[in-house]
Amino acid sequence: MSNKTKLFAAPYCIWGAGFIIIPLIIILIYGFSDTEGHFTFINIYSIFSHVNLKALLLSMLLSVASTFLCLLIAYPLASVLAEYGRDKSPLLALLFILPMWMNSLLRTIAWQNLLEKTGLINAILLFFHLPEMMIINTPWAIILGMVYDFLPFMILPIYNILCKIDIEYKNAARDLGANGWQTFWRITWPMSLPGVLSGITMVFVPSLTTFVISDILGGGKILLIGNVIEQLFTQDNDRNAGAGLSVVMMLFIVISTMITEKYDREGSV
Amino acid sequence: MKKLIVMMLLLSLSFTLSGCGSEINADSPNALLVYNWGEYLDYDILDEFTEETGIEIIYDEYETNEIMYPKIESGAADYDLVCPSDYMIQKMIQNDLLQEMDYSKIPNISNIGKSYFESSEEFDPGNRYSLPYCWGTVGILYNRTMVDDPVDSWDILWNEKYKNNILMQDSVRDAYCVALKKLGYSCNSTDHDELEAATELLKEQKHLVQAYVVDQVRDKMIGNEAAIGVIYSGEAIYTQNENPDLEYVVPKEGTNLWIDSWVIPKSAKHVENAYKFLDFLCRAEIAKKNFDYITYSTPNEAARELIEDEEIRNSPIAFPDLSQYNNLETYDYLGDTADKYMNRLWREVKSY
Amino acid sequence: MKKYKGIKYFYSILILVFLYAPIVTLMVLSFNQSKSRSHWGGFTFEWYTTLLESSALMNAFKNTMIIALLSAFIATIFGTLACLGMNFMRKRSRAMIMGMTNIPMLNADIVTGISLMLLFIACRATMGGATVLLAHITFNIPYVILSVMPRFRQINRSIYEAALDLGATPVYAFRKVVFPDILPGIISGFTMAVTMSLDDFIITHFTKGPGFDTLSTKIYSEVKKGIKPEIYALSTIMFTVVLLLLVLVNAKPWASRHKNGGVRR
Repeated sequence: MSNKTKLFAAPYCIWGAGFIIIPLIIILIYGFSDTEGHFTFINIYSIFSHVNLKALLLSMLLSVASTFLCLLIAYPLASVLAEYGRDKSPLLALLFILPMWMNSLLRTIAWQNLLEKTGLINAILLFFHLPEMMIINTPWAIILGMVYDFLPFMILPIYNILCKIDIEYKNAARDLGANGWQTFWRITWPMSLPGVLSGITMVFVPSLTTFVISDILGGGKILLIGNVIEQLFTQDNDRNAGAGLSVVMMLFIVISTMITEKYDREGSV
Repeated sequence: MKKLIVMMLLLSLSFTLSGCGSEINADSPNALLVYNWGEYLDYDILDEFTEETGIEIIYDEYETNEIMYPKIESGAADYDLVCPSDYMIQKMIQNDLLQEMDYSKIPNISNIGKSYFESSEEFDPGNRYSLPYCWGTVGILYNRTMVDDPVDSWDILWNEKYKNNILMQDSVRDAYCVALKKLGYSCNSTDHDELEAATELLKEQKHLVQAYVVDQVRDKMIGNEAAIGVIYSGEAIYTQNENPDLEYVVPKEGTNLWIDSWVIPKSAKHVENAYKFLDFLCRAEIAKKNFDYITYSTPNEAARELIEDEEIRNSPIAFPDLSQYNNLETYDYLGDTADKYMNRLWREVKSY
Repeated sequence: MKKYKGIKYFYSILILVFLYAPIVTLMVLSFNQSKSRSHWGGFTFEWYTTLLESSALMNAFKNTMIIALLSAFIATIFGTLACLGMNFMRKRSRAMIMGMTNIPMLNADIVTGISLMLLFIACRATMGGATVLLAHITFNIPYVILSVMPRFRQINRSIYEAALDLGATPVYAFRKVVFPDILPGIISGFTMAVTMSLDDFIITHFTKGPGFDTLSTKIYSEVKKGIKPEIYALSTIMFTVVLLLLVLVNAKPWASRHKNGGVRR
């Protein structure tokens, strides 16, 4: 029985080899070769060109900022929700992640609507004779878009883990004389760390690699690494350079996953 | 629970079946795959064509020549008709992506003015691959209530007064054409110093620019979102109808004169249908109806005769007398190396 | 623990406003007669009727549903079978398969999309609905595996073996003993796959072909041409449907959980 049952995994293994492994190999082949097919590092090195490096650094900066903001906003909210969720219902938490089911493009477009020069926010500001707000097509608008789009990804894992922390731990700490801050730093925060870390990866990776948010809210004035890669494929028709930068991007994702996993392991020890 | 699974199954199946039933199949001999610019054809015409011939049209749109090219080149999409601009047609001919047209299968071609074929010779020597569809210039659209300086030169796009009120074209050739012309160079320049200077100029302009966009210029100008925008002449009549404060100007330094023409890629699978569609489009009434919708200058002289409104028929914007301008230039394909170099410089501007 | 109640309420409501204000704005605009985004031109249903008449948008909607349901369905079968097989594997090979499963989960969508596009180009495949479907199945399977796998670990294998000892055929034993235990995992995997597929833009953007659009790619190309009010109408309908579905799905288990005295597991 058991030997035959193993075969049930075969279709997926074949599928995975064909549609996960081989495509990655193709990217590597393109990334490490020139248009004639000779081996080269030039596509990888192209990350050090002025434009690409700037795009990468800007992506890092914006994604770190938006991840940090998400954490700052989501953690207190998740603890409030967990407090209520324990004795009431998870429906309240659902309310906060419901926007995730709205098409993500539409949500970003909504912000374009609000922020534009003749948009709603400026119309309201104008009505009250306040100065106009011009953050559309600036990095600030992109951070806003990232925070808005990915906030539920941060709320959910933190909420889940906070719900599981036994309230008795906190009570015990309190009984032993710890004040609120001490309880938080010594008990709640370390225990919630795995949720925080998975929230961070879930926000950081998509914001590091997005090209849609910068496209819609950046007015073509801000080039993130995702935009560079997308344009190399769809406009410049330079697959080798695009694949090379994709390889670099994957490297960054691997590194960031390794860092969070390291902390995860240390935290759980 | 079992019920739920059965329901899910039925749901997915019913959707799939209904999909197979009504969807147009790209492999069917009765199909035609058309790849055109955004908002560049009256959609009613597609329905009329289907009604008359029974040929189903699969219609896709692109934003710039540069976005269109990789799709055709990679062979991932077998379009039967594409409508690139002059320089891109030249590039496609050179890279052996197009097939020769048999004009005898398009009797209504006689409606197209001879002069347009003559100017097509520049990118399609001997008129073998292309059929002119629309033509026009690149110019400035401005809002009279928001701009109080005289607008007759590209310089206005570098005026600090209009910071955050300027819309630039997000397409390499058009953006560089503006900068090169302002500097007094040819918009087909491949000289590194000249391109370098144009790049500096565009970088200098960037803090004034509200956004780099393509088709959105028109809606943003209509909605008073910006004061000045770089746009194609064909949008002038449409935008003026929607917002009478708008005015189109061809700057005195000169600009680009372009022709967009239909071509049939080598990979096309429905060539006969493509001819039928082209012949349909060249019909005077159809071309006129299309003009009414897209308002881009048509090379179809019989259609122009049908325009009732004399003001439009003789409008200097829709049908300008080209001899009045002295600096109009058509884009040439600059070669792969120059293309890549320009793309790189443009990305430098965009990330500046 | 009941300190600062006011601040907590205020904070939660502030975030709720931040999350819902844009969506509500879109909904309000869908009833706005004027095409302008900043002034109210009167109430109208016009955009809803034009939306229903727009064959392009309706086609995109149909494609989206077909791709989402079909890809989730196929992914559920592949994924569940894979979990079943993996259960009987040695630790090493199981870890290898799980490693492969993690790749699309961790990788950036843009890289997944591009790699699949390059694969299809290399295979000389014509892009279209089929390639999009293949791509969606590929990124959906991991979600199924990750929600079914933990269920298998909880299964007590001795019950299954006991059933075999009592004369049940393996298939019968599986159906009666194992299947009911993993079903919740399968259902949540399917739901997650549908959700991911509905929302995907980036991977579809790179793998779609002539004449094939899902709602996401259609919306993207509409944005490039200038947003039309039909899009607002569409987003209103989509959000309302999702809201209703979630209420329907959640109302039931929530009610039953309360009946059971709030403890389920």
